[in-house]
Amino acid sequence: MGSKTFKGGVHPFEGKELAKDQPIVEVLPKGDLVYPLSQHIGAPASPIVAVGDKILKGQKIAEAGGFVSSPIYASASGTVKAIEPRRVAVGDMVKSIVVTNDGEFAEAGYSPCDNVTALSTQEIIDRVKEAGVVGMGGAGFPTHVKLSPKEPDKIEYIIANCAECEPYLTADYRRMLENPQELIEGMKIILQIFANAKGVLGIEDNKPDCIEKLSAMVKDEPRIEVCPLQTKYPQGGERQLIYAVTGRAINSGMLPADAGCIVDNVETIIAVYNAVKLGKPVTSRISTITGDAVAKPGNYLYSIGTSYAELIEAAGGFKTQPEKIISGGPMMGFAMFGVDIPTTKTSSSLLCLTKDEVAEIEPSACINCGRCVQACPELLVPSRLAKFGDNGLSGEFEQWNGLECIECGSCSFVCPARRQLAQSIKTMKKQVLAAKRKK
Amino acid sequence: MSDFYHVSSSPHVRSKDTTGRIMLYVIIALMPASLFGIFNFGFRALLLILVTIAACVASEWVFNKIVHKKDTITDLSAVVTGLLLALNLPVTLPWWEAALGGVFAIVVVKCLFGGLGQNFMNPALGARCFLLIAFAADMTNFVTDTYTGATPLAAMRNGEAVNTMDMLIGRISGTIGETSVIAVLIGAIFMILMGVIDLRIPASYIVTFAVFMLLFGGHGFDLNYLTAQLCGGGLMLGAFFMATDYVTSPITPGGQIVFGICCGILTGLFRTFGANAEGVSFAIILSNLFVPMIEKYTIPAAFGQVRKAKKQEGGR
Repeated sequence: MGSKTFKGGVHPFEGKELAKDQPIVEVLPKGDLVYPLSQHIGAPASPIVAVGDKILKGQKIAEAGGFVSSPIYASASGTVKAIEPRRVAVGDMVKSIVVTNDGEFAEAGYSPCDNVTALSTQEIIDRVKEAGVVGMGGAGFPTHVKLSPKEPDKIEYIIANCAECEPYLTADYRRMLENPQELIEGMKIILQIFANAKGVLGIEDNKPDCIEKLSAMVKDEPRIEVCPLQTKYPQGGERQLIYAVTGRAINSGMLPADAGCIVDNVETIIAVYNAVKLGKPVTSRISTITGDAVAKPGNYLYSIGTSYAELIEAAGGFKTQPEKIISGGPMMGFAMFGVDIPTTKTSSSLLCLTKDEVAEIEPSACINCGRCVQACPELLVPSRLAKFGDNGLSGEFEQWNGLECIECGSCSFVCPARRQLAQSIKTMKKQVLAAKRKK
Repeated sequence: MSDFYHVSSSPHVRSKDTTGRIMLYVIIALMPASLFGIFNFGFRALLLILVTIAACVASEWVFNKIVHKKDTITDLSAVVTGLLLALNLPVTLPWWEAALGGVFAIVVVKCLFGGLGQNFMNPALGARCFLLIAFAADMTNFVTDTYTGATPLAAMRNGEAVNTMDMLIGRISGTIGETSVIAVLIGAIFMILMGVIDLRIPASYIVTFAVFMLLFGGHGFDLNYLTAQLCGGGLMLGAFFMATDYVTSPITPGGQIVFGICCGILTGLFRTFGANAEGVSFAIILSNLFVPMIEKYTIPAAFGQVRKAKKQEGGR
């Protein structure tokens, strides 16, 4: 096997068969659209519309709240109904713009660019920033910030994160099969900014058709290559991906740029293409709506801001009553107690499971078996960190490098004593970071 | 849709491995040694195995009942302790002494320290050492109908020659489960293949011990002597099944190697300079005591951490 990878990791049940062969289907929103002002890392966007305003699809409704922030665009035409806190997938209440959908989808005009190669670096970054492009794999880091490293000349790799290592998710897979041209064009646009970089498409080897197709397409592109990766979770973790592709290791105190890398997800690179070439802001994306509770699991292209309830309806509704509904994948996604929740730029998947296998878990004593140590892609000792976390020992927690945890959940996954290691570590990490910010 | 769905922290899926399953693998891995022990020493070996297992399981059940703790016998760890203890007993041991050993292992060494995962000393070995001190004569009586001589290591100490082929196969006197190197290794290979243990502790233990004996054993490079030392005295059983006990060995990868080295040096020391010819049990339980300290000094570097240190130096 020539596929590259990292140390550690786990092999969860893939579950991708459910939705993998379902072509992308477009879903038009019917009900209200809700746009949380924080759907990215950084300062929340600030609304530039007022209640009662008529707005068009593709019209900017909130301006970036700073450099590390991103504007938000309406994904359907209608009237602003309210600007109020709404519940989002992670469980928080976030100030959101609520728009009544008039069902007409009247669209604002866009300004496409006929000659992308003539654009300057700053023009490209400005177009990406203006279009509201953020990391659409889940983190939501504003892409224009990523594309503005301190020393652009030192960037040697632009890595397209095509790993899609989370079980059940197939949205990126479908994108690669159905929109490979946009992905490659998007990559070329980013490469235009970084003269010394080469583009690498890192794809897990459970998607041989993508590897084959994209390899053939980039055959004549001197600056782009495909890098097959071992199928192992969390292969798509930023640090793990960089290591697999370049052999360089970064830690929590570094940015990918410190290793000469910029990593962007498939969906994000396609958004860059749409922004720069077509002048289109981020108003839609693909999600995998899947799980054994869904009647028609598949991959759906929808207007961002549509409620999850509508997407479930589009996927044929529930064939069995689900017990657990997860925004994102089963390893890192957020369980939601209801489905009347808006989708955002980072909604990669909705997983509806008839059985919550975690519910019946009864944690028993840690036997020190070290399976979590073997699984940890950050080479930590999760069982110890969880213990420090449970006992509030922040000093020991830091000494054992707890802050390096990427919250991938591999430790909880493998634990034979069924301990909630990741939960304890995440909680402690939050506390330690909060205490540090206070200082 | 106002239904409430289950909410919990990620991840939302789990592997199928359980503590019980790991313990079951260890029990299966101990089967070749147990069966050979029964074949080698006769029916009484089976009786002792059953007695210690019963004593261990029963005392764990009773203890948890008395202190109102959740019943934990289904995790099979008490069975493993009982079986390991039996394999470390001479077949002639009175059954009630064996049973007492089982109770000591579970109640004193394990439960009083907080139960599974909390004991700092291997329960089976702790109990064996307890019995060695309490019933020294019975615990060193290796005379059976089949074997009338001393154990090979003791024989060697007295300057007698030993047959290393017999030691590999296990047709020698000794405790029930330690005699056959081949049977122990079959179990060890099974555990390695099933991912129950890895080679860090056993390999560093055995290599360190071999080097120690070469340097300080007083026999120089004598292949026959070295093979006998490696095959005898339960070294293989100890290295693969007892030094690798999860609870009482370091969890850090580097610490596991240090721990193995520690066991190797102590075993060599005890065998070369000590009063009796074996010493594996004492070496392992003494090393168990070093575990917290070993772990403290072998905290693994996190992914990408070396570069971080450099960067910080450069930056400040």
